[in-house]
Amino acid sequence: MNLPVTNKQGGPPGKSGKWGKHVIEEARGRAFVYFCVLLMVVTIFSIVFFIASRGLTPFISQGVSVKDMLFGLKWKPEGNPPLFGALPFLFGSFVTSVLAALIAAPLGFCASIFMTEIMPKFGRTALQPAIELLAGIPSVVYGFVGLSVVVPFLRDVFPGQGIGILAGAIVLSVMILPTVTTIGTDALRSLPSGLKEGSYALGATRWQTIYRLILPTALPSLLTGVVLGIARAFGEALAVQMVIGNAPHIPRSLFESATTLTSIITLEMGNTTSGSLHNNALWSLALILLLMTFLFVFVVRMLERRVKR
Amino acid sequence: MIIEIEKLHLFYTEFHALKDVNLSIPEKSVTAFIGPSGCGKSTLLRTLNRMNDTIPGVRIEGKVELQGKDIYSSELEVEYLRKRVGMVFQQPNPFPKSIYDNVAYGPRLHGVGKKSELDAIVEKSLRSASLWNEVKDVLKKSAWSLSGGQQQRLCIARALAIEPEILLMDESTSALDPISTTKIEELTRELCRNYTIVMVTHNMHQAARISDRTVFFLNGEVVESADTQMLFSNPVDQRTEDYISGRFG
Ligand SMILES: Nc1ncnc2c1ncn2[C@@H]1O[C@H](COP(=O)(O)OP(=O)(O)OP(=O)(O)O)[C@@H](O)[C@H]1O
Ligand SMILES: [Mg+2]
Repeated sequence: MNLPVTNKQGGPPGKSGKWGKHVIEEARGRAFVYFCVLLMVVTIFSIVFFIASRGLTPFISQGVSVKDMLFGLKWKPEGNPPLFGALPFLFGSFVTSVLAALIAAPLGFCASIFMTEIMPKFGRTALQPAIELLAGIPSVVYGFVGLSVVVPFLRDVFPGQGIGILAGAIVLSVMILPTVTTIGTDALRSLPSGLKEGSYALGATRWQTIYRLILPTALPSLLTGVVLGIARAFGEALAVQMVIGNAPHIPRSLFESATTLTSIITLEMGNTTSGSLHNNALWSLALILLLMTFLFVFVVRMLERRVKR
Repeated sequence: MIIEIEKLHLFYTEFHALKDVNLSIPEKSVTAFIGPSGCGKSTLLRTLNRMNDTIPGVRIEGKVELQGKDIYSSELEVEYLRKRVGMVFQQPNPFPKSIYDNVAYGPRLHGVGKKSELDAIVEKSLRSASLWNEVKDVLKKSAWSLSGGQQQRLCIARALAIEPEILLMDESTSALDPISTTKIEELTRELCRNYTIVMVTHNMHQAARISDRTVFFLNGEVVESADTQMLFSNPVDQRTEDYISGRFG
């Protein structure tokens, strides 16, 4: 960026050495940072471009209509004629993620409140590391645990095989609990300390302060955690795939098997040849996932804007 | 005397912050605490509504009586005490709610639920804090959109809404501009007809202007406590004289 470096080195003697070094270091640092940023931007745009170009092909040149894909109920890519109804997958992804968030949100909020308001010391030394550990467990392990603990449990207690929407949602809820809790805890810790004092000074008890003041104030930040959790759940493939049953239809109960966008992609990707209609249709599903992610990021941004005000 | 403090000692873990404080505070008057930074004024103020309870490691010995009842006895609920002894802080700390909800927060805590009752309390409190005319048309607006001086008067209104007997003010004008300060000083004089006010101030002129009694602190001890006029014109203790004539602190 800054070529004048060489000029300056040729400046007045004595000072020039020091000056030059400064400027070179500055320029080097800058160049490095710009390079990294450029690399990142290029990578992101190439990914988006690649997915979009593949994912749009079925609609543009292979005669599949957007409406059929979004609202169609039958997925028979090798059939005659081939059918590309992705609604069951969309439905499965949405229901499992939202259900997971509904389970994880109250638990995560409670954990955050416990760690900041009720037992800050125990929370910081014991609970927080445990939750961070939870975040580091690989998803295949979650899937395995889900398959050997959650599924048999559901099978014993409820009608059906145990595998299905609810099993997926439960496994996902444990996986996104760290996200919800960590973001919630940060939000509660960063509340101005004067707020709580103000409430106590008016004669509020701790619980009154928590649910009349702290929760409403931190709600947008807490919801940010939930939305990020949903986003993670939406994109998770492996663990869900292991417990959901992978049946491409819209289930009528929580205990019926179903499938998600991510699992259909991972399951079918290997059996298709690049450039075929089937392969491109899977890219369309990937494009839908990407657009959903954008939507989640947008919602988080909106929530953050509300926090700032 | 509404408050009687006897042989009060306070420790922050090991640090002896208040040493043998004996003090009486008369009803319906303004009492000012003055003294150099770190001498324990805020600490004493916060023992009066037990806000120190929230700080881990605080130990208190001695007695603080509010109308003859020991406020540190286990029979007295701290929430009930704080309802009777309101507090306004140094930094304005309105809640991120509407102006109306800020003032209604306290009454709602203590069980007032009827809209008409709340409306009346909100109006009365805002009038007492001489803020009503400025905000009566924007009660639904966020309290954080007010100016610093307005926010502080809102905090006063919020404290008044639970009808305390005593109002504690810890340097409540130090974050404000001169005009807002004057407003709050006038307000203080106004309020002391109905409330007992205990205030901490760094500004000796302010203490001289608005307080009836002044208490001078040094290193956690009460050096002198007297009528404001007496204390400023005829200090008994040499250290008081040095302080008010600006020789230290
Ligand atoms: N939470 C605390 N933990 C430990 N020590 C404290 C704590 N709060 C105050 N102190 C100490 O107690 C002493 C009195 O503090 P206090 O805040 O009452 O002083 P102050 O007179 O209000 O000072 P200022 O005029 O600066 O507000 C100070 O020496 C301070 O360091
Ligand atoms: Mg102080």
